[in-house]
Amino acid sequence: MSQAIVFGVLAAIVLGFGLAMVLSKNLVHSAIYMAVTFIGVAGIYLNLSAGFLAAMQILVYVGAISVLMVFGVMLTRRGDIAASNIFNRYKLTGGLMALALFVILGRLIFTSSWNLSSFAVPEDTVSLIADLMMTDFVIPFETAALLLLVALVGAIMVAKGVKNTR
Amino acid sequence: MLQQYGGLGVYLILSIIFPFVIVIVALILGPKRPNPGKLTTYECGLDTQGPTWVQFKINYFLYALIFVVFDVETVFLYPWAVRFQALGTFAFIEMLIFIAILVIGLWYAWKEGALEWM
Repeated sequence: MSQAIVFGVLAAIVLGFGLAMVLSKNLVHSAIYMAVTFIGVAGIYLNLSAGFLAAMQILVYVGAISVLMVFGVMLTRRGDIAASNIFNRYKLTGGLMALALFVILGRLIFTSSWNLSSFAVPEDTVSLIADLMMTDFVIPFETAALLLLVALVGAIMVAKGVKNTR
Repeated sequence: MLQQYGGLGVYLILSIIFPFVIVIVALILGPKRPNPGKLTTYECGLDTQGPTWVQFKINYFLYALIFVVFDVETVFLYPWAVRFQALGTFAFIEMLIFIAILVIGLWYAWKEGALEWM
């Protein structure tokens, strides 16, 4: 019961700040509203006993993605920041698109059968993930490091340009 | 769940209320002598010239990009650190390899001058 109340409050936060983000005319405000939306989603993960996922949501989305968004806003050339969210004009089109997506997703949700797992919810998800990551999934784990390396080198190359040393 | 994360919720609520309390206390206790100079944009004590929202150089964006990569690295460090004692030497070596691969990235960023402030 209390879980349902917590979910309701969190869902209201996510929906409210998501709407505020889309409707705000100032892109910096939009970025901040987006961070609050992400924190709300992290709360929903906590409500589902997925503590690790919630921590990742806060670390990666609230920390990193929001910083990237704010930096992106800072780098863009524009006249007045108070009217910088140019997609703000397409309210009707955006609303129709959202409604279509809502209908499709709602139909899928109501037509699919939800199989519940017979296992109990594990108390400590982080330890389970750590054990699996360090024993059975070593190769994907090290591949993730390579992927991050490629992303880092690629980002620097795109931003700085390749030097011609020949 | 509520018992487990209740403390977190109380902390969140208190940290939202706290700034408002400080501002309200300052409003009540502080002296009020407004003048136009206090309302201008603060920029290292000098008067600002032109619009204050200007385009920044792409170099600043590199800091954010490198931060994101090492932020994602933390995602992998966190479960390893939680189970550090139980996992033993093999996991320690695995993590050393993981960090060594990312240090190559840091070395490249350093070499390319991405960490230089300009």
